[in-house]
Amino acid sequence: MTAVNKFVSPTMLPSYLDQSTAVRARFNRLKLREVILKVENLSKVFTTAKGSTLALDKINFETHRREFLCVVGPSGCGKSTLVRILAGLEQHTSGDVMLEGKPVSEPGKDRGMVFQGYTLFPWLTVKKNVMFGLEVNGKSKYEAEQQALQWLQLIGLEKFADAYPHQLSGGMKQRVAIVRALANQPRILLMDEPFGALDAQTRAKMQAHLLEIWRKIDITIVFITHDLDEAIFLADRILVLSAHPGQVQELIEVPVAHPRGTAQFISPEFLATKARLEELIHQGKAEDDEDAGTYQMVARLTDVTDSVD
Amino acid sequence: MRSWFQVLRPISPRARLTLGCMSFVLPVVVWCIVSYVPAVWHPQMLITDPGSAEYLQAGMHMDRHAFADAVKEAEDDHKPPPKGVPSNPIYLPAPHEVAAAFYTAFVTPPPTQDGPWLHQSLWHSIQVIFWGFVISSILGVPIGILCGTYAGFARLNEPFIEFFRYLPAPAFGALAVAILGIYDGPKITIIVIGTFFQQVLIIANTTRKLDVALVEAALTLGIKKLKLLSRVVIPGILPDLYRDQRILLGWAWTYLIVAELIGTSTGITFFITQQARYQHFATVYAAIMMIGIIGLGTDIVLAILGKRLFPWDRTLDKSA
Repeated sequence: MTAVNKFVSPTMLPSYLDQSTAVRARFNRLKLREVILKVENLSKVFTTAKGSTLALDKINFETHRREFLCVVGPSGCGKSTLVRILAGLEQHTSGDVMLEGKPVSEPGKDRGMVFQGYTLFPWLTVKKNVMFGLEVNGKSKYEAEQQALQWLQLIGLEKFADAYPHQLSGGMKQRVAIVRALANQPRILLMDEPFGALDAQTRAKMQAHLLEIWRKIDITIVFITHDLDEAIFLADRILVLSAHPGQVQELIEVPVAHPRGTAQFISPEFLATKARLEELIHQGKAEDDEDAGTYQMVARLTDVTDSVD
Repeated sequence: MRSWFQVLRPISPRARLTLGCMSFVLPVVVWCIVSYVPAVWHPQMLITDPGSAEYLQAGMHMDRHAFADAVKEAEDDHKPPPKGVPSNPIYLPAPHEVAAAFYTAFVTPPPTQDGPWLHQSLWHSIQVIFWGFVISSILGVPIGILCGTYAGFARLNEPFIEFFRYLPAPAFGALAVAILGIYDGPKITIIVIGTFFQQVLIIANTTRKLDVALVEAALTLGIKKLKLLSRVVIPGILPDLYRDQRILLGWAWTYLIVAELIGTSTGITFFITQQARYQHFATVYAAIMMIGIIGLGTDIVLAILGKRLFPWDRTLDKSA
């Protein structure tokens, strides 16, 4: 059924629920931390001229301080809507979103966000982009500048402080976008497929970069992705959503040990988790998969003898 | 040559320069051919010697066929025939005449005693355009930005503006004179009416094209809603707004001639009509070209200034 299963029989893999002692201890420590974000019975209905659609249906989950939570799901599961509600950019229809016990209704500096597209302000230099959040929140220009330079140092882009965003590569732009959001010292960082537009190599570097930043500072991350490897590599826990309507299927504790490295991509825990994710995401998808069956529909247009297979 | 005809591809800088010059050289070449090669057109004769024809004078233009008849008639009567050279009608002067008029127009005193010199006429026109455009912009730019930013504000204003922009600005001429008198007031009003309504709609559209993700990014950075306009919307659209203003200034110029005919005729329009009355067509052409040169010159200066003002702007690179 999946690429993984062709090479490693699922029976050979441990269960994704099996955790090594170290991983288990880590999760126990993590769960002892206070709950930062609590989502209760969150529903979202989009009303259009054609009628209303239920995009999110009674979503429940909790995130602990300094946890890295990834949200995955098939397209149309409302994962972007979920993160936009958390950011306050969209209103939910019912239920509660509580950040440190306070309800979320509009955007605020306690929640930073990194978008999939490049959203650095093109008219500001890299340094001024990072200063933006600090300045609009009342920091003096001098203070904002000092802090911005420190943030740029953290991601190794201090040389580009006076460059404009268009002079940066895609990966650099997203790094700046991350520190621009972090400069406000938000309680939580929301990331909506931030590396989606990057090529595979840059993407891998950015993932490592992000983990590095996350380890160094007090930040909780909610990260939306459709790349399962990315989710497993980054996350403490993965929230799996189903589509039409978006519902929580499972909250998976990733059994892969920390610190994470690229070598772990072929570890049994990693593969077991991936197998489970694929099972969940492709489940019940066959009937509404528009691409299903197209492969067999292609007629042979070459000579039968002209084949190297 | 082949590279000039690639679909949606830029051309080399060299080709850009060559073709840019050609776009001016080619019309001038056509004009030269029509003016200096008698075989091409020259439908008239310029009389150099009236001969025996009493109704002719040296310096008169006359139809070629009528001239041939006059010559034949004189020859039949064994009288000296009129002499002349083929020429174009008086309303199409040759390039060198117009070139000379560029200089003589400035140094020739006005035909009437207290009439304005050419430089005074031009300066008057520039002032009318300037005030018309400034007044229109003071109102139009903020209203346009607000319409583009707030859908409700747009809905309240745009339907009426859409209607009003179809009313030809010169139609308000008589009304403007009745209200504002015969001097510069009504002229400036015509330019404002001609520019303002387009300006609001164009700037509103430009504002709407701002990437909404930039606004959302600013919101997640904790900006107050009131500051969005000054810190995100306006800086975000500024290069495009500047480009719109350049285009609109060009439109303002097109209203100039009509505006200057309203009330007492003034400025470059007065100069042109006056010169045409005296059949100084070379000067008329020169004056018309001066408008073009001032317009294009301003636009080029503003374009260069724009590159300095908005170093981050990428669309300028593509168009230049």
